[in-house]
Amino acid sequence: MKVSGRVFKYGDNIDTDVIIPARYLTSADPGHLREHCMEDIDISFKDRVKPGDIMVAGRNFGCGSSREHAPVAIKASGISLVIASDFARIFYRNSINVGLPILECPEAIDKINDGDEIEADFDTGVITDKTTGESFESKPFPEFIKNIMASGGLVGFTESELKN
Amino acid sequence: MAMTMTQKILADHAGLESVAPGDLIEARLDYVMGNDVTTPPAVKIFKELGVKDVFDKEKVLLIQDHFTPNKDIKSAELNKTMRCFAREQGITHYYELGRREMGIEHVILPDNGIVFPGDLVIGADSHTCTYGALGAFSTGVGSTDLACAMARGITWFKVPDAIKINLKGMFKKYVTGKDLILSIIGKIGVDGALYKSLEFDGEGIKALSMDGRLTVCNMAIECGAKNGIFPVDNYTLKYISRTNPERFIKSGYKVYAADENAEYSSVLDIDLNDIDLTVALPHLPSNTRKASDCRDLKIDQVVIGSCTNGRLEDIGAAATILKGLKVHKDVRCIVIPGSQRVYRQALENGWLADLDDAGCVISTPTCGPCLGGHMGVLAKGERCVSTTNRNFVGRMGDPGSEVILSGVPVAAASAVLGRVGTPDEL
Repeated sequence: MKVSGRVFKYGDNIDTDVIIPARYLTSADPGHLREHCMEDIDISFKDRVKPGDIMVAGRNFGCGSSREHAPVAIKASGISLVIASDFARIFYRNSINVGLPILECPEAIDKINDGDEIEADFDTGVITDKTTGESFESKPFPEFIKNIMASGGLVGFTESELKN
Repeated sequence: MAMTMTQKILADHAGLESVAPGDLIEARLDYVMGNDVTTPPAVKIFKELGVKDVFDKEKVLLIQDHFTPNKDIKSAELNKTMRCFAREQGITHYYELGRREMGIEHVILPDNGIVFPGDLVIGADSHTCTYGALGAFSTGVGSTDLACAMARGITWFKVPDAIKINLKGMFKKYVTGKDLILSIIGKIGVDGALYKSLEFDGEGIKALSMDGRLTVCNMAIECGAKNGIFPVDNYTLKYISRTNPERFIKSGYKVYAADENAEYSSVLDIDLNDIDLTVALPHLPSNTRKASDCRDLKIDQVVIGSCTNGRLEDIGAAATILKGLKVHKDVRCIVIPGSQRVYRQALENGWLADLDDAGCVISTPTCGPCLGGHMGVLAKGERCVSTTNRNFVGRMGDPGSEVILSGVPVAAASAVLGRVGTPDEL
């Protein structure tokens, strides 16, 4: 499976409070969360983002709260993939559980620019910056995550386990 | 194979002889916890799964604390969803506001004698790592994990590597566990322990009371750690004998200790005598400074409370420092006992009267302002010294407001001084 889109680039330690501020957590509705995604650091994000666009950021993406509302807000914004140097562990786990694709690729972060058009292939892990022509290889998903993905996320996986 | 304390707890709960860092395991859960922000989405998923009952109504803990007492209609609806689910399922550990057992999740789970050494706990709240103070393994997850764990009583883990933190010496006057953990985060960074355990050891752990250890483990997540954990010693045993004598007498718990030759990804030696009163300036918990170097920073508000510093010892420390003094005319000082038990004991000790006399406002137990929910939200340009755990952009209100993290003594002193300060200045 391939995704492609325009890059929204952010720095290190993008925390869950800026991804979706707690003052909006009184509803978990994706449509509501999308309206406030990233607003404390990028007020125009929600108006500029288009379906398929890709978020690129530095180290420790998603640090902070365990709120699953954060990956849900990003996914509901239309973002098809988040690429970061690495992810905070609860965010990593939540993204897989809610079906927000994420890739870790430290070497790509400095070379991909805000606004570039990029493409990523989840099967091979290859990320191609179509604007600059450069390609990068990201870490493929570990096997157990592929199993959860194959079940359509953790809910599907748990449903099948409960049937057994 | 030699294992760390965390690895031993995980291996036992997975029914394995041993585990190694990076292993993927499925483990049995002793407790599964959710709060009023994370449980309602989990209830929806739980129902989608088509499961009728939670795996064990004694072991699913549902605590309302973030937006309680309900701050608006939407939060009232969240709480109602949770309340209905708890009643439907006959959840044992679900409490209404004002009950003696009620309070902030990470204050009451240890204090009510629910979590014991060796337990494996997940909670849909990032500060679930708090219970490592008791020699338990506990970590935060999201709502989907919560829903699936409520259904099965099992979840998967990647076995973590560990950083060993060797403590020696004694704290200087007024220095607490909060200063220690802020110093560690300042040293290793907000991702310094990403995916890893922080395992504390050394004779210096004796300098930390149980409330201090809970504060230290609470903030393990702020350097990316999966969990923080202390060895079980006489302090721990004394604490659990008080919180739940019945379980203690029955020896209904297991003490784990790291193997002597366990491998650590790194070892950090800390002499507690070297730890100063510390603050973390906006907007990362790793942006630490000596509190005495920040005396030019004027403040508008002080918050003393939260799952980090809302325990009895914390309220006592605030009352001791503020007794007979007055909060600065330009400062609002909000004190939030972390539970009804803490509130009642502080009341009986006369501490709430001392704080009231000083001009503090005393709140019902709630997470409230820590996450910019209510009970002390900041306007643009306002600055708060807070004993909470995060100072991210917009954490306590307007994205143009600022939070400075500190321990209770610095917060209490700052409330009087109207700027960042230390108790020796009073």
